[in-house]
Amino acid sequence: MIRFILIQNRAGKTRLAKWFMNFHDDEKQKLIEEVHALVTVRDAKHTNFVEFRNFKIVYRRYAGLYFCICVDVNDNNLAYLEAIHNFVEVLNEFFHNVCELDLVFNFYKVYSVVDEMFLAGEIRETSQIKVLKQLTTLTSLE
Amino acid sequence: MPNMRGDAMRGLAVFISDIRNCKSREAELRRINKELTNIRQRFRADKTLDGYQKKKYVCKLLFIFLLGHDIDFGYMEAVNLLSSNKYTEKQIGYLFISVIMNSSSDMKQLIIQNIRNDIQSRNPIFINLALQCVANIGDREMATAFTNDIPRLLVSGDTIDPVKQSAALCLLKLHRTSPESLQLNTEWTARIIHLLNDQHLGVATAAVSLIDALVKRSPDEYKGCVNLAVSRLSRIVTSSYTDFQDYTYYFVPAPWLCVKLLRLLENYPPPEDPSIRSRLNECLDTILNKAQEPLKSKKVQHSNARNAVLFEAINLIIHMDCESSLLVRACNQLGQFLQNRETNLRYLALESMCLLAASEFSHEAVKKHQETVINALKSERDVSVRQRAVDLLYAMCDRSNAEDIVQEMLTYLETADYTIREEMVLKIAILSEKYAVDYKWYLDIMLKLIRIAGDFVSEEVWYRVIQVVVNRADVQSYAAKIAFEALQAPACHENMIKVAGYILGEYGNLIALDPRSTPMIQFELLHTKYHLCSPTTRSLILSTYMKFINLFPEIKLHIQEILRHDSNYRSSDVEIQQRATEYLRLSEICSPTVLATVLEIMPPYPEKQSPLLVRLKQKKPLMEADTSGELSTAPISQSDDGPKLTDTAMHLHQQQQQNGLLVSLDTTESNGHYETSASSSLPSSFSSSSTALQTNKKFLFKNSDIIFENDILQIGIKGEPKKSVLHVEFYYGNKTNFNLTNLSASISLADELDPELRIHMEPVQTTIDPRAQIKQMGTIECLKDYRDLPKMSLSFFYSNVPQKIDFLLPVYLNKFIEKAEMDSNNYFLRWRNLDKPDQECQKIFAAKFPMSHDACGQKLEGFGWSNLHNIDVNADNFCGAGIFHTSAQQVGCLYRLEPNKQAKMYRLTIRASKAGVASHLAELLEDQF
Repeated sequence: MIRFILIQNRAGKTRLAKWFMNFHDDEKQKLIEEVHALVTVRDAKHTNFVEFRNFKIVYRRYAGLYFCICVDVNDNNLAYLEAIHNFVEVLNEFFHNVCELDLVFNFYKVYSVVDEMFLAGEIRETSQIKVLKQLTTLTSLE
Repeated sequence: MPNMRGDAMRGLAVFISDIRNCKSREAELRRINKELTNIRQRFRADKTLDGYQKKKYVCKLLFIFLLGHDIDFGYMEAVNLLSSNKYTEKQIGYLFISVIMNSSSDMKQLIIQNIRNDIQSRNPIFINLALQCVANIGDREMATAFTNDIPRLLVSGDTIDPVKQSAALCLLKLHRTSPESLQLNTEWTARIIHLLNDQHLGVATAAVSLIDALVKRSPDEYKGCVNLAVSRLSRIVTSSYTDFQDYTYYFVPAPWLCVKLLRLLENYPPPEDPSIRSRLNECLDTILNKAQEPLKSKKVQHSNARNAVLFEAINLIIHMDCESSLLVRACNQLGQFLQNRETNLRYLALESMCLLAASEFSHEAVKKHQETVINALKSERDVSVRQRAVDLLYAMCDRSNAEDIVQEMLTYLETADYTIREEMVLKIAILSEKYAVDYKWYLDIMLKLIRIAGDFVSEEVWYRVIQVVVNRADVQSYAAKIAFEALQAPACHENMIKVAGYILGEYGNLIALDPRSTPMIQFELLHTKYHLCSPTTRSLILSTYMKFINLFPEIKLHIQEILRHDSNYRSSDVEIQQRATEYLRLSEICSPTVLATVLEIMPPYPEKQSPLLVRLKQKKPLMEADTSGELSTAPISQSDDGPKLTDTAMHLHQQQQQNGLLVSLDTTESNGHYETSASSSLPSSFSSSSTALQTNKKFLFKNSDIIFENDILQIGIKGEPKKSVLHVEFYYGNKTNFNLTNLSASISLADELDPELRIHMEPVQTTIDPRAQIKQMGTIECLKDYRDLPKMSLSFFYSNVPQKIDFLLPVYLNKFIEKAEMDSNNYFLRWRNLDKPDQECQKIFAAKFPMSHDACGQKLEGFGWSNLHNIDVNADNFCGAGIFHTSAQQVGCLYRLEPNKQAKMYRLTIRASKAGVASHLAELLEDQF
């Protein structure tokens, strides 16, 4: 199960924080900082997985952004690694060459994208075509 | 950027730009405050605010909140947006409440009503928004409110596919939050299982996750899913990627669905039906075959997706553990990955191989890769990969390769990362003991271990060395010899001094005839180290000296001189002073025969499971967070001088482990106590749904408990009630490898002016050594009945960083209850006498735990009052009595607990002679059964 999804830049600014567990606000901040400290020191030769408390982080870096998913230790690493990529491709398509600023100015839409693809900490929809079709429908609504 | 028509919210974009342009934190704060004032005014003044404006302002508030500022208004406006009939307004409303609202919000009912309206609407987009919101918040109230609507949506024929997907996962969320309030109609079971067959792969993908959770709850009821999962899997893996246009990801058909299906099957043993079983084996075979095919794309996405399925298939093969051909094929495949260019694959291969090594079918096949794994240990750049290599070496070790593997691990230990040294030390210690043919080899390894990694040798490790020596007469003289030699090294680790000191004290006589190690030489050698050691080690060495007096009467005078020396006899350390005084006196007044009896060599230790394995497992639970309520941190070991293996910390620790007391953050909803009492804690356990018998009020049913724990500190409590006074002992355990300094602890009352409790705590030591614990004693006296718990405040320095911890001290009223025994007549007489309305309180509540008679009885007795038999005509019911003591009065309390197994409910009735006490006790016990 996914415990949370974070998108952060190298400087540690959070661009998306999606929580699938109930954390206290202070705790969220602590988690964000810890994850940032954990992934930014790793280099490209390292694995895309890192143990984190009693969970693990599966992450991938895209330009200056780190996409991190915290999952249970026995979850399938590669499946979540590609779930990140699938998500990134959808964002890229939806925002036409997504960049960090798109995520800042349209933060409320990013949540919609997440809800289409991940719900209750599980993968909900994996077809990019289906997700984008749904998002286009939503965008056309008032 | 997509076309954004009416919802562009220019004002929002301008605001975000402004914030981004702020040069300083102060400027940002000013801009935000300005905006907050503006929004507040708008909300207050403008009754005619239209939907668009409301949406815009709520969205700005959300943005401000996400920047890390508190938002204390706008909730009503957000809830208003929910009833808008425009999608964009509704979406922002739902987003706001999902992100910001906490569960205690008093607008909960209003929100639930809005969600219900949307769920019952005909608009699938609105239904979806509402379901997503339920899935995001998903608390107990929602579980109760939608216990019928959502399952119905899921199985209804009219529901469109995207709504089904959301409904399935929504249900999963409610199931996790509140399994007891979600009662799924068994008629729906078959229809839910059949979602695996749904034409829409997205529906199947979402549904597998739900089914997986339901299977874990009632495996038999959902057994039918095995067949369907196998056939669905088979159809996917045998098809071509072109068959699943929308669901093909880089030439791999529906990889995520495959992974989920394989994981679902891991819940069951191999299928019994031969046709299903062979079909499943074919699937697994096909997946292994595909791994050998040339890649269809150079993109890493292609190989990752393919291997995601492959690794999950291997997991299933390992789980079934019955097809040796599949196991061996899996092992060969992983062997190839060990040499792969991709670090990820090497890492995962090492990880999976660890599991394969445990199977008798593949253990030998795994061993073929020993050399590669050892190379990984030496050459991998990523410490986590090296860690996996260590794990695998440990798992593949047996009698045939133990010497090599232990030797390699020892070599690696010298350069190993600090983070994994302690675990490696444990593993080496375990392997060398387990596979020792010759215990001299074992001792050589252990002393070498202490020499090269002394700092990482935990107490259990050196205790164990001593236990082994004490229990094996054949190695005792060898042990004395090498311990003596080890001491001759110019720089000697303190752990080595402890081991050598202990061994020489017991068996120094076995080497005393050697002119190189006469009694005097042994003594002088040991004494050269004495002044460099910590007080605990010095205390141990004093015991050794005392034992020398018995073994070697000829050096008695020298030793007495040491004992008499001011630095010992008048040492500022109480322990040293006491030992020096007592030992000296003992040596002066006792005859040699008495001494010989008192100082006899230690008897063998009873053989039981090696404490090292316990220790290793205690380190492990972090890895099994989801399945067990085990402890997630290393234990705190005591700083003492001998191989005594139980002490309070460990005792408390084990208790905690058995009872699975960990509170999971997942259930904070039901668990207000955790939030209030330990909000500052790092949840060393932010694990999820533990089904172990647990309760969320600490110290309620027990006389000792862990009341606080984070990564640095563990606090245990022990209490012994004497009428209105509770004698308490606090244990503060330092979990780190550093000193905690400037410790101070204080307890404050909820109402200082009119105290309900009188608390007296003895002063506490201000420093806690690494991995040690200290004790603080005190008393708590109950002056009158109370509800608010006292607050415990702790401050200390950790690595020069000040730390502060506040939490509520779980000393509940019941600690002052003394049990009372009586017969049936007496019980009912008293019961009838307590008949005023404020003397009685009755609660009816749902069972939170399996309804076991014994467990209930234990809890009631642990609560403090009696559990009387033969009172109630119905033997399933519990009755009992107790006296609640305050310093001023005694309050009689009677209770009756009636379980209703059919309804999974309890009825608890309490009567107490003082008004208000009954209701308070009932509140404490509600939800604890």
